[in-house]
Amino acid sequence: MTATIAAPAAAPHRVPVLRGYRFELVKLLSQWRVRLLLLASWVGPAVVVGVMSQQGSLPADTVFGRWMHATGWAGSLVMLGFSGTWALPVLTSVVAGDVFAAEDRLGTWRHLLVAVRSPRRIFLAKALASLTVILLLVAGLACASAAAGVLVVGNRPLIGLDGHLLAPADAAGKVLLAWVCALAPTLALAAIGLLGSITLGRSPIGLLLPALVALAMQVAQMLPLPVAVRFALPGYAFIAWRGLFTSPTQLGPLLLGIVVSLVWAVVATALAYWLFVRRDFTSTTYDGVGRRAVTVGVLPLVALVALTVAVIAVSTPATGSGIEQGKLQRSLATVFAHLYRLQTRQLHRPDVTEAQLQTAATCDKGGGLVDNSGPGNGWRCVVTWHLPGVDAVGTATYQLDVTADGRYGADGDGPKEVNGYFMVRTPTGDAPNPLWQFDGTVDLLATAPKG
Amino acid sequence: MDTSLAVRARDITKCFGDVVALDGIDLDVASGRVHGLVGPNGAGKTTLLGLLLGLAVADSGSLEILGAPVRRALAAPDGVAGFVDGPGLYPSLTARQNLAALAALRGRDARTAGVDEVLDEVGLTDVASDRVRGFSLGMRQRLGLAAALLTMPRLLVLDEPTNGLDPAGKNHVHRVLTRLAADGTAVVLSSHRMDDVEALCSEVTIVSTGRVVFSGPVDKLSAESGELDYRLVTSDSDAARQLVLATPGAHLVDESVAGARATGNALVVRAAVGGLDELVVRLVHAGVAVRELTLVISPLEAAFLALTEQQEGDR
Repeated sequence: MTATIAAPAAAPHRVPVLRGYRFELVKLLSQWRVRLLLLASWVGPAVVVGVMSQQGSLPADTVFGRWMHATGWAGSLVMLGFSGTWALPVLTSVVAGDVFAAEDRLGTWRHLLVAVRSPRRIFLAKALASLTVILLLVAGLACASAAAGVLVVGNRPLIGLDGHLLAPADAAGKVLLAWVCALAPTLALAAIGLLGSITLGRSPIGLLLPALVALAMQVAQMLPLPVAVRFALPGYAFIAWRGLFTSPTQLGPLLLGIVVSLVWAVVATALAYWLFVRRDFTSTTYDGVGRRAVTVGVLPLVALVALTVAVIAVSTPATGSGIEQGKLQRSLATVFAHLYRLQTRQLHRPDVTEAQLQTAATCDKGGGLVDNSGPGNGWRCVVTWHLPGVDAVGTATYQLDVTADGRYGADGDGPKEVNGYFMVRTPTGDAPNPLWQFDGTVDLLATAPKG
Repeated sequence: MDTSLAVRARDITKCFGDVVALDGIDLDVASGRVHGLVGPNGAGKTTLLGLLLGLAVADSGSLEILGAPVRRALAAPDGVAGFVDGPGLYPSLTARQNLAALAALRGRDARTAGVDEVLDEVGLTDVASDRVRGFSLGMRQRLGLAAALLTMPRLLVLDEPTNGLDPAGKNHVHRVLTRLAADGTAVVLSSHRMDDVEALCSEVTIVSTGRVVFSGPVDKLSAESGELDYRLVTSDSDAARQLVLATPGAHLVDESVAGARATGNALVVRAAVGGLDELVVRLVHAGVAVRELTLVISPLEAAFLALTEQQEGDR
């Protein structure tokens, strides 16, 4: 018998990323938990917003929650706040946190590698497929909540966080923009999920990593941290979208939050890619990169936080907590002026402009016993205003609960004719006095006005 | 006869840290043949199959697959298919969806890729629409084989393909592999089941502790086996016992060693081919009827045990 070498076969044919992407998408969408999440994200928000909008008691502790009876657009923003805190971290965990680990669990890496022949393309396909599913989930949350709000409550003007009225079309645009802005921190969490899925393998910690990181960031945002640290965390854009609902828009915090989130998304994805293409696929008992996860996965991200803190501290004017007496007074006076006009219209009184009101506020924290800065519920403010043709100056008192992220809730403390609890008749039904309780937000990056 | 080589490996070495998985392996696999790879656990079979699939690259030595040199991982040429450590299947997809997704991955339309044909070939048509989650090990093995068939391979690499198969499933797999070899595909399979290897393979390579201890036709291995154990049932077991003891080159195996195979009228006789022939002649001359004369273990299994034990002894 004579043996000769077989005629050379065709060079290895690598599967295009698009085909790999479709393959990954088929696998993801065949999982019952992903289907359940998609169903929940497209139906759940509609049910929640629809039911909440019909109830007498509204989630007033959530931004825009108190306006859910007034406009359908508030429901979507309440859902956005909830999603940034809970839903999106969990969704990204289940999708991106498992997309690589699932192959370890099923023992299918070798099969996939023989079929695709390129770890790089497998990574791209998996990352794109997870991104697609996450985008579908976010779209579901946004569309379902907005549609339910508009259908149940109506397409009405939205009261912004500085008290000004946004026409329905403006409100719709800004709600959409707010959801788009929330994609940036969602991408950062998804990238952390990819990194966890690769570094920790089948470990449940890998699956939960985005949710754990998001929880840690939420705890950090509740602490009185310096502004630079707060903005260096990739989840700040989950809060910063609120700046879209002030006039002028608080663009600085929003853009900074988005940029930081996107940098995190890029760095975490790059680390995940670096680790993935260097993985040894010959071992069937692979269970993550072990101690290298700390050096390759965690340390670069810690360094990124440190670098971001340094850059923000140097390049922005804000120091400390970013919550200062002057900024708070200016914000409160602005909100009060806008809402006073609204109240005037609702009570069918002669219209008056914000300029004519010449509203001012004087705030004090802790009765002069502590510094007039920083978060806390010890802020007490007196608002003054003028009415055309009236010599007397109007005054109203508010108790403010200011949270570390710059949001505050103002609670009217008299006189009750101005900011007490009473119902006013509006074209869409009875509503609480708009000056009784309202929300506002302070731009943490802005410099305090002098004087 | 001119045969082209689908695999030509020379002096292949592969280490994982301090562990030498393959130590100077040579392997030739001809197109149109089914080549068996046998060896004890940890011998390096799966590592070698992984190299053939392109999952890893050898530390040293040369490897040519389907005529193309393989010098880096995932660089095996088109036409190579198979699996190691069990087939890779997605439990949330049905059998048909698993294959259709794989066909689509290779740029082929699921309807024209022959999904139903390969499912039929491995006997899974009835469960084509069932999720793989509920499949037995044998069904998964057959579906893994179907996945490999979809690519119309010129070299098929299979790790324990008959694991967990019932007799019907085994027949399906045997038929498929025989048909592939007849069509010119080279098949390399590892197995611990010597009956499968003997039934399917024309050539075999025995690997022990990362080294080849035998490579060649199965017949040659049988011929080199020396003494084998036979179960002998006759019309007069006492006379037969005396004849075995008197026949040069034939020995009675101690009953405590022979165990259940030597119960009743049965004897277990150890003899080479020459001794066995002489024993049969003597039984016939003595008027003792031979009712059963069968191998206790196959020549391949005996050779495998002898070679691997010898290798262990040498070490």
